[in-house]
Amino acid sequence: MRSEPRKRGERSPLAAFGLHAGLLAATVVALFPPLWLLVTSFKPKSESFSAALVKNFTVDNYSHVVADTYFLTWFANSLVVVVGTTLIGVFIAATTGYAISRFRFPGMRPLIWVLLITQMFPMAVLIVPLYNTLAAMGLLNQPVGLVITYLTVAVPFCAWMMKGFFDTIPVDIDESGRVDGLNPFGTFWRLVLPLARPGLAVTGFYTFVTAWAEVAYATAFMTGEENLTLAGGLQTFVNRYGADWGSMTAAAVIIAVPAAVVFAFAQRHLVAGLTAGATKS
Amino acid sequence: MAVETTSRSASVTEGGVKDAAGGHGRGTAKKSEGTGRLRRALARHWYAWAMVAPVVLVIGVIIGYPLVRGAYLSLTDADEANVARTIGVNHIPATYHFTGLDNYVAILSDSVFWDRLGWTVVWTTGCVSVTFGLGLTLAVMLNRRFAGRSFYRVAMIVPWGIPAFVSVFAWKMLFNEKNGLLNKVLDGGGVDAVPWLGDPVWAKVAVIGVNVWLGVPFMIVAMLGALQGIPGELYEAAEMDGAGPWQRFRNITLPGVRTVSSTVVLLSTIWTFNMFPVIYLLTKGGPEDSTEILVTYAFRLSFVNSPRDFATSAAWGVLILVLLSLFTVVYRRALRRQGEVW
Repeated sequence: MRSEPRKRGERSPLAAFGLHAGLLAATVVALFPPLWLLVTSFKPKSESFSAALVKNFTVDNYSHVVADTYFLTWFANSLVVVVGTTLIGVFIAATTGYAISRFRFPGMRPLIWVLLITQMFPMAVLIVPLYNTLAAMGLLNQPVGLVITYLTVAVPFCAWMMKGFFDTIPVDIDESGRVDGLNPFGTFWRLVLPLARPGLAVTGFYTFVTAWAEVAYATAFMTGEENLTLAGGLQTFVNRYGADWGSMTAAAVIIAVPAAVVFAFAQRHLVAGLTAGATKS
Repeated sequence: MAVETTSRSASVTEGGVKDAAGGHGRGTAKKSEGTGRLRRALARHWYAWAMVAPVVLVIGVIIGYPLVRGAYLSLTDADEANVARTIGVNHIPATYHFTGLDNYVAILSDSVFWDRLGWTVVWTTGCVSVTFGLGLTLAVMLNRRFAGRSFYRVAMIVPWGIPAFVSVFAWKMLFNEKNGLLNKVLDGGGVDAVPWLGDPVWAKVAVIGVNVWLGVPFMIVAMLGALQGIPGELYEAAEMDGAGPWQRFRNITLPGVRTVSSTVVLLSTIWTFNMFPVIYLLTKGGPEDSTEILVTYAFRLSFVNSPRDFATSAAWGVLILVLLSLFTVVYRRALRRQGEVW
């Protein structure tokens, strides 16, 4: 088409082909497993493993999962746990993040360190004592027990992330609040918190997605079919006693949709929050 | 070491009082001197303290206390049969005893721990290096202007947006030895069925593969962010000076993404080291324990095995925490020696 030499930043046809081939391959690998899950969920049980696309379209798997299993109970359990964790976690993380971002107070540096260190605590070191404590308090198999447990995961990280968001809000705003006669709580609640709404949203989304997908604590602390959350419930379809792949795929799709929607809103801000927290201090 | 870590978390609450007594508070108000420092510090800082109080409480009660208790349990012989429990209306008090370092001696002199540690190291380095390499490569490819770029970007992030346990089951279905799609495709190509999850070596490959699949999207997004922070003029100048693509990559791109990569590699090492769902759900640690990492093995000791061995599991937990702390300290020190700022 054009005969003039290539400009800077343009690619030879071969390089362009290589680029697209590589990216296309990666895209296929990334998308295939979830797509196959979706496809399989619409096949009759007997054809779960057929290599073909849907031949006999059916929603039997979905109606079976919703009507004949504890799925809706698990869904409700998960929802209670996740919403509880998100509301409590984000609120107390916000006040702490604000305090760390704005005030210099005795005990601040140790607190910052603890927030950083607790983020890398493996679940293995807390799970046994938490299990025994919850058992002693009669909170095993109770959503409340799981909410308390998830706060250990959510709070340190959220407080750290909220600090990053408050750092980006100009201090002038706090000062104008003080001039107008607001006390620090009033400044925080009426002026700064509304401005930090994107930060609250992202922290909330993060907590939501993390709690929605947590497996280890949920598996250990919740037993008995009617007490399970989704992470535990999904395991019951495919276990050593038998595999109901059709129901599993349908349940998996229903579980993945809300998480994916929430994630789609939050993903742009997640990495900024993650890496900003670790590089700034 | 366990005691050290706990004293660190205890210092949150103590630190406030200690510093207040020393009058180190650098506030907006004037520095107070003389008697009644504590009261004055309280007057000046009470709102800050009130705001952090809930988090300090949460950390103290549901992280600090369990941590101390876990460290204590690891020094006892607690198991399912002798911890305090309630059966019906009867409350049975705990009857376990303090046994000192016996659990640690037993664990460290047994080959099981060292075998699991060896595989955990392979698993972590394998996953992190492959994930980082793939993530950086794809990010570099995506960091140009071309048609369809945003489509690729969105599509590649999808695995991140789906709960890991759901994706793991999707892979489990693909890996199924008799009927799974992967083996059907291989069969079509005339290759014998691969026992993906039934053979120790293949199972290891499979779990690493799934974890890489889960981890690459985060890497891509993080590295894209880093790449976009590199000024374009640098590349122009280098090209003027006749630097080839590889030289530009080595001398501009790599140094440019260093700060972000060091953070991201540290994060993803810790995550991978503690990655529970992939292994627990895909292979349950099998076949014959071959894919059991430290975290899943500790979980198994207290929640899968019978009788449940709480003390040994707690000791594994403490050892895992020690290993992670050591790694973080060494890693940060190594970075600092190379002139990294944080």
